[in-house]
Amino acid sequence: MSITRRRYPLSLAFSVIGSILLLFTVFTLLNMVARQVIYDFGGLVDAATDSFVLESIGLTLYASFLSTVFAVIFGTPLAYVLARHDFRGKSLIEAVIDVPIIIPHSVAGIALYVLLMSRSPVGSVFASIGIVFEDHLGGIVAAMAFVSASLYVNAARDGFQSVDPRLERVARTLGANQWEAFSRVTLPLAVKSLLSGAILSWARGISEFGAVVMIAFYPMIAPVLIYYRFTTMGLSGSQPIAVMLIIICLSVFLVLRLYSERWRRN
Amino acid sequence: MITFKDVSHDWGEFSLKDVSFNVKEGEYFVILGPTGAGKTLILETVAGFYTPHCGEIMLRGKECSHLLPEHRKVGFVYQDYALFPHMTVEENIRFGLEIRGINQQEADKRVEFLINMLKISGLRNRYPRNLSGGEKQRAAIARALVIEPDILLLDEPLSALDTRTRETLREELKRIHKAQGTTTVHVTHDQTEALLLADRIAVIIDGVVVQIGSPEEVFNAPSSVMVADFLGVENVINGEIVDNVNGVACVVFDGNKLYASSNLDSGEVYAFLRPENIILSKTLIETSARNVIQGRVEKVTQLGNIYQIHMNTGISAVVTHQSVEELELVTGAEVYASFKATAVHLIKH
Repeated sequence: MSITRRRYPLSLAFSVIGSILLLFTVFTLLNMVARQVIYDFGGLVDAATDSFVLESIGLTLYASFLSTVFAVIFGTPLAYVLARHDFRGKSLIEAVIDVPIIIPHSVAGIALYVLLMSRSPVGSVFASIGIVFEDHLGGIVAAMAFVSASLYVNAARDGFQSVDPRLERVARTLGANQWEAFSRVTLPLAVKSLLSGAILSWARGISEFGAVVMIAFYPMIAPVLIYYRFTTMGLSGSQPIAVMLIIICLSVFLVLRLYSERWRRN
Repeated sequence: MITFKDVSHDWGEFSLKDVSFNVKEGEYFVILGPTGAGKTLILETVAGFYTPHCGEIMLRGKECSHLLPEHRKVGFVYQDYALFPHMTVEENIRFGLEIRGINQQEADKRVEFLINMLKISGLRNRYPRNLSGGEKQRAAIARALVIEPDILLLDEPLSALDTRTRETLREELKRIHKAQGTTTVHVTHDQTEALLLADRIAVIIDGVVVQIGSPEEVFNAPSSVMVADFLGVENVINGEIVDNVNGVACVVFDGNKLYASSNLDSGEVYAFLRPENIILSKTLIETSARNVIQGRVEKVTQLGNIYQIHMNTGISAVVTHQSVEELELVTGAEVYASFKATAVHLIKH
């Protein structure tokens, strides 16, 4: 007697319905790339050799990297405290972390601008030590960090939570102080979550437009450049850069994803 | 070695109330109680993860309620072993030595010794996820012992294992304790485990220590109805097998003899006999029971609707109110206790 796998009609129906959402994402992006390649390959080559475009994409990746470093340095301790301790006001803090996800990013940009512009009290303090935000790299990084740090903190908190606190306790009985138990047991076990949180935060930073454009129109990051070319030159000027940005970003994420997958398995 | 004096701590959903006990140097001390009685919290308090709200904890004669866990020289084995999943068995065992900065030569010596003692040399390069429950347990014990702790804390160390592995490891724990002499506190809800391993037992129910004593004391003379209820009022008879004929072992205890169906043919044993399997009679009656023991009623205790009859032979039976009246079971009355050989369960010790 042969064994046939039982069919589940409901799962089949759900899969069909669900795939529409996937198609929506994939088709939208593929359509743009395909149109560019088929109808205006020359435009893509032009963009790929335009040093202004390349610099802009490079700046985007770099600024987002810096904002992710910022999120990791300050977000890791926060995530650990949230994962390990219960205290009054904890849910309020968690809500605050999620605020940047909820508010419109143009609003976030204005708020950051008001806080950090050179003629504001805070901005002038930073300006006096040589850190300027308005139309500077600092402003880009600040805007990116504001909107993307919560993704890192949430991923890191989940990562720390998934490590059994009793492992730390055993480490303590074996002679480890709190820092040693954290750095030698909890951190290595949570590092995969921290890494995927960092990748997510980096990706979110690269894609940010609204908050950045408010505080730093210049130097132009790629999303700002794309918008600028779209309003001044239309599709033919903006689409090639958009396609390039997509190809570069997807390749980078694919590589990172594969790399961390392999790492996870080892 | 360990003294708890009126220790109370409130965790919100659970609390310990005036817990006092004293564990002697080299002792194998078992904390026995139902699930959720606060046993693990006691161990974690000994290890230093909680500072009690009131009361005193002394280790080695020194008050140490505020001493950090890393300075207590305590080895801890959790119920599911809590091996570090990102380290091999050997790395797990070496962790405590590296943290403490023990020199390489000494470290190697201790690791080899424990790996051999726990028979895990084949597992040293394996990761915890590739180990069976019993293997994890051995690795966790080795990791705890490598720092040469003054105190070894075992949290339900055998409960996650299958019956066979549990028996093997129970023997192993006994052997290790004999060899190392480390003061051990072992927490369990399993009575057999407590009986076979403990020098002394503390029974804890709902965060309160209700009785402390030797295994025989606790099992044969529960201090309260609550303890008797939890333990299931079992007769535990300490005796020695003198022979075995056709699968029926003859056990001698206190000048009396009893027969038990068993494959064991020699050695010291505990004989378990449930009181409800004993028939009491005023005269010698004809029955299929192999065992008939004559004795006198020493004490009659009322346990709710039933009565526990303690005999001077160390055996107790439970009967109804009607039987107490009909058989005139009062202190000093002569009775015969009959029970089948199959009702007696023998365990070697």
